[in-house]
Amino acid sequence: MKEIFVRLERCMGCRSCEMACAVEHSDSQNLFGAISEKPAPVRRLYVEQAHGHKVPLVCRHCEDAPCVAVCRTGAMSQDAVTGIVDRDKERCVGCWMCAMSCPYGVIGSQGGARVAVKCDRCKSLDIPACVGACPTGTLVFADEGQFAEMIRRDAASRMAREHISTA
Amino acid sequence: MVEKIQDKSVDPASLEMLRLAQRSGLETAWDRFEKQQPQCGFGELGLCCRNCNMGPCRIDPFGEGAIKGTCGATADIIVARNLLRSIAAGASAHSDHARDVAQTFKFMSEGKASSYQVKDRAKMERLMNEYGVRTQSELANAIMAEFGKQEGPIQFTRRAPAKRVELWKSLGIDPRGIDREIVECMHRTHMGVDNDYVNLLLHGIRASLADGWGGSMIATDLQDVMFGTPTPVMTEANLGVLKADAVNIIVHGHEPLLSEMIVAAASDPAMVELAKKQGASGINIAGMCCTGNEVLMRHGVPAAGNFLQQELAVITGAVDAMVVDVQCVMPALGSLAGCFHTKFISTSPKAKFPGATHMEFNEESANETARSIVQAAVLNYRLRDPSKVHIPDIKSRAMVGFSVETIVGALGGSLDPLLGAIKSGAIRGIGAVVGCNNPKVKQDFGHINLVKELIKNDVLVVTTGCNALACAKAGLLLPEAADLAGDGLKGVCKAIGVPPVLHMGSCVDISRIMVACAAIANALGVDISDLPAAGAAPEWMSEKAVSIGTYVVGSGVYTVLGTVPQVLGSKKVVELLTEGVKGVTGGAFAVEPDPLKAAKLMIDHIDSQRRKLGI
Repeated sequence: MKEIFVRLERCMGCRSCEMACAVEHSDSQNLFGAISEKPAPVRRLYVEQAHGHKVPLVCRHCEDAPCVAVCRTGAMSQDAVTGIVDRDKERCVGCWMCAMSCPYGVIGSQGGARVAVKCDRCKSLDIPACVGACPTGTLVFADEGQFAEMIRRDAASRMAREHISTA
Repeated sequence: MVEKIQDKSVDPASLEMLRLAQRSGLETAWDRFEKQQPQCGFGELGLCCRNCNMGPCRIDPFGEGAIKGTCGATADIIVARNLLRSIAAGASAHSDHARDVAQTFKFMSEGKASSYQVKDRAKMERLMNEYGVRTQSELANAIMAEFGKQEGPIQFTRRAPAKRVELWKSLGIDPRGIDREIVECMHRTHMGVDNDYVNLLLHGIRASLADGWGGSMIATDLQDVMFGTPTPVMTEANLGVLKADAVNIIVHGHEPLLSEMIVAAASDPAMVELAKKQGASGINIAGMCCTGNEVLMRHGVPAAGNFLQQELAVITGAVDAMVVDVQCVMPALGSLAGCFHTKFISTSPKAKFPGATHMEFNEESANETARSIVQAAVLNYRLRDPSKVHIPDIKSRAMVGFSVETIVGALGGSLDPLLGAIKSGAIRGIGAVVGCNNPKVKQDFGHINLVKELIKNDVLVVTTGCNALACAKAGLLLPEAADLAGDGLKGVCKAIGVPPVLHMGSCVDISRIMVACAAIANALGVDISDLPAAGAAPEWMSEKAVSIGTYVVGSGVYTVLGTVPQVLGSKKVVELLTEGVKGVTGGAFAVEPDPLKAAKLMIDHIDSQRRKLGI
């Protein structure tokens, strides 16, 4: 299954991913309309700064996800086929157990409402909005095999160049 | 999002060239624009501040993250400061162009620029009267002084109706020196200076007025003095003006100082003879953008196209030299010209480009430089690869060159017939449609549809810049285009033999539109903000357009923008620009990308102005 992978070294901290995420999860579906909505649309991924690096954090849709395990109402669930962890708005009571259990802190809220808000991986899109908006290729939508191959090719090319330059 | 070629332009010549570009793997602005998608949302909203090194800071438009920059600047402050800097850049571009023209005029008056002469002495004498000076040299000094004045007024601002001048004075926005207002923009937007969005934007109006009624107007008037005030002339427009068997030289950019000399050098029999020796039938000069408009309206030199066609012209493979001066010249031309034999020649000490041959122009040896450039183009003709030549067989005829003096002349020496037609309703009002191309809009789609809708509704259109060229290409600048107009406008156009869309020149020549508005307002005994008139820039992209829009609104004209300015991040700034300013200058901005809806906004405004005037 395809996942959102992060190539940390490429992130410029422009927050285009955050903005595209909020717009994709707005009623108007475009930036100029979204900024006037009440409550304001919110992002589901976050660019943080740590030790001089910009770090985009996005839900990993973990296997045996802790947020699913701790949810007492069954609002948080993982799709058996796609592996996508999503929450049922109607069943969520806003107890924030999920937020407390998530190791990445990527569960938030919208407009102070007691409803968890998190990445749904833009099910209606071929490529999630954040990945589509990333100008540097930091965010990559691929399955783990494709991603590993991409990294391998980069590494091979780097090693070959180093070899040539020192030979 | 991969756009189909037919979604990129409505101009058949552009489409033909875009298909060729795609087949040949040549990149154009449309491809690069596509690669920029999605564009940065903070930038689109004007919410990014790079004015100090505590930043860059940006405001979260959804209010979840930062709502203030490090210094505490809010969205309103950041958006207003960014807008003020855009106005400053735009006003600088027009005014620095004007400075070069004024400098040349001064050199000429001192006998130091032998390539130039006074071509319109009557206009020069009118300017001398206006300034209250008696000699050409005194006039040159008085105009040069406008740039560095510490206290106003700028003389040409007094062409505005007295009511307007009083209003500017009472608001504290009557501009002082041209350079002073621009410098003050930069000071105010420095970290920790002006942090009141209203105060910032009021100064923006002041700086823009120093452009519209200062820099731009100086450029227009002195160019008329030195190169002749335009009179109607027939010409042709679009890429089809390039000739397969002649040396093609494109003059591109904004200033006529050099292009005038190039036009003259190209008609020199010795130069034509040299071209023939290379196997060419002659030398064909074609214009691009506003340098194109300048030589178009004074000499009938054909126009190869507007802003988004600069690369397409090179792709014809038939351009022997692309000669550029300043503004709106894409740096992409260098690498593109490298795919052909085309010599890309830069000429301004202020504007150098990668991949260009620099042949620097100066006022004192303009003729010699022009001759060298023409010669370089002629000698380059032999290197042209005929297998790469593809010129679309597409061009339109156009009647251009309607200066205010000419319009008054065509009306029999007074504005009365025009006023009569406006009062009777035969002409419902005046629409000034101007501005650039922008790949955000299908090329010329906004321009042509807006203009057609206006004339259909009896609105007389005056046009400059890339809109003028779009209209020329679409055949709207012909007297027979009156058949597309409503009955009232059609009747007026047929009676005096003019097109329903009047080409008034380049983008600095929007000053001509201001002069015309002032003259009409004075004749009616009202202010510009009372006129049944509206402006539009359907495909604008440049900072110059920001300055233009601001001085037009600052002069009292309702103005519709076709692309969204980078201000939506501040609701207060948006409210001020679209509503609040009405109560201050009488003008206002609106944004409407749909040209038919934009036309309706303009027509509704014109109708409401007519009702207020009781006509």
